[in-house]
Amino acid sequence: MNPHELDPLNEPRALIELVNVSKTYPGSESPAVVDLNLAVREGEILVLVGPSGCGKSTTLRLINRMIEPTGGSIIFEGADVTKSDPNELRRHIGYVIQQVGLFPHRTIAENIGTVPRLLKWDRKRIKARVEEMLELVGMDPKTFGPRYPRELSGGQAQRVGVARALAADPDVLLMDEPFGAIDPITRDRLQNEFLRLQAELKKTIVFVTHDIDEAVKMGDRIAILREQSVIAQLDRPEVILTDPADDFVENFLGSGAILKTLTLSRVRDIDLSAIPPVRPGATRSQALAAVEESPSGVAVLLDAADHPVRWVDRRSLDNAAKPLEQAGRGVMVMLQPEDTLQDALSAMLQTSTGMAVVVDGKGRYLGCVTIEALARLLVQTQNGNA
Amino acid sequence: MSGIESWFEYLSSRWDLVATTLTETLFYVITVIVAASVVSIATGVLTRNRALPRELSLAITSVFLTIPSLALFTIFIPVVGLGFWPSFIALFLYALLPILRNTVTGLQSVDSSVVESARGMGMTRAQILFRVELPLAWPIILAGIRVSALLTVGISAIATLVAGGGLGDFIKSGLARLPLPNSLEAIWTGVILSLLLALAIDTSMRGIGRLTTSAGVRS
Repeated sequence: MNPHELDPLNEPRALIELVNVSKTYPGSESPAVVDLNLAVREGEILVLVGPSGCGKSTTLRLINRMIEPTGGSIIFEGADVTKSDPNELRRHIGYVIQQVGLFPHRTIAENIGTVPRLLKWDRKRIKARVEEMLELVGMDPKTFGPRYPRELSGGQAQRVGVARALAADPDVLLMDEPFGAIDPITRDRLQNEFLRLQAELKKTIVFVTHDIDEAVKMGDRIAILREQSVIAQLDRPEVILTDPADDFVENFLGSGAILKTLTLSRVRDIDLSAIPPVRPGATRSQALAAVEESPSGVAVLLDAADHPVRWVDRRSLDNAAKPLEQAGRGVMVMLQPEDTLQDALSAMLQTSTGMAVVVDGKGRYLGCVTIEALARLLVQTQNGNA
Repeated sequence: MSGIESWFEYLSSRWDLVATTLTETLFYVITVIVAASVVSIATGVLTRNRALPRELSLAITSVFLTIPSLALFTIFIPVVGLGFWPSFIALFLYALLPILRNTVTGLQSVDSSVVESARGMGMTRAQILFRVELPLAWPIILAGIRVSALLTVGISAIATLVAGGGLGDFIKSGLARLPLPNSLEAIWTGVILSLLLALAIDTSMRGIGRLTTSAGVRS
């Protein structure tokens, strides 16, 4: 049996282990990291999060020995690497930093080919790999390959940074606030793209951030660190959000912890309420009947392809001067089952009905989410984990 | 007879001398710049992470530049005799500071995150130096080399006083014979040929700069 395919009931094997690791900087009284024990499981995204100065970056940089530990050992794929050649180790661990650090004098293609070249791959293989990597991060190899880093936007540069880190196909990726310097809209897009990539690649990732929202979004598990890299809590995000271990964690999560659980659930997780649809060709009285039987007093007007087009209620139907197809208000926002409940909440806040339309991948009407259903789910999560 | 015409007449009877002295000056520039570049860049690289030796070497090379050139050309005569060597040593010492200064500045201007990511990818210290730091500092280092080359063209005129040859020969002979005929023409010859040589060197070094600097960092 393939040792990588463990029984899902067992814990997956740890790919990186920090055993009693300590770091004291020369000339400093108090250590930056004290006696840290941490296991990173194969294929997970482990997020290290904590207030600034808690040692999360130091901890990350201990793994690829950018910083040498003063005590303890680092086990990588079962072997103690504390004494091995650090350069050889780093060539097999992808490393992404906030400032990206692309080589300005090298083209994008040369930048991505850096580690394969250090590993002495032949030229043809490097070229093919570089093109593959650029396509992986959604950039056209012909357009971007020959360009220089200064011609890229911040978001594009970090895409290249990720491509460069993945070029030699390392099992492990270390990411130090990779999306920290990027504007919120682009950051959100990069995070989503990265999660989609990770679903495919299944790398083992250690991800440092100071932003608890990013931690909740990106992490399979989250380690909340306090001073000197002491682990305050290490668990799945939904457990941390609903059951913080102590006051420190609770404080760090902030008041919106329960709202953050909304990013962990999807629209498909809640029961859609059966707001009746009105199909084209229906008469005004049929539409009125639908509104009457609807639990919220509204109905959704569909077009011939079952796409929702308008909200109608009793008042808008009473206005007989308007044809039925123009009654009520247009449906502006539509959700899909994969969207998070946070998306659902913001969609609902944009409608006056307090609900949002859910459609399938082809845009066909499935039902609606209501604010009541959302509240019910929140109460359930809170009770379920308390 | 106008000045220009008399100058051309003066020149036309001395093409041999022009060729010899021009070659001598050019030889000074090339040997001095090669030697000073090697020493200064090596010093800049070796002291890049150590503040004390770095500041010390900058201070010492600054002192060289403040020594009057007449003195610096003559103090080595007891050790190396007359001719090429005392001139070479003096010019070499003058050429150190601009190159060293710019090497230090150039290496310091390399973005620390670029070096950090190079380390993180497993490049050795030598690979980081030769593939990342020096290529990025190169345009600034080259600007220092250009300054030193122009400085050498100018100051090498002093070499004539220690029997070192070069374009200074024209200036010296003109000065010695003032106000006799052809004395001003001789001085003009030395000055104009020095200017033309400086211009040619500057232009060719710009060309070298364009050829040896990546398009990604060219301004």
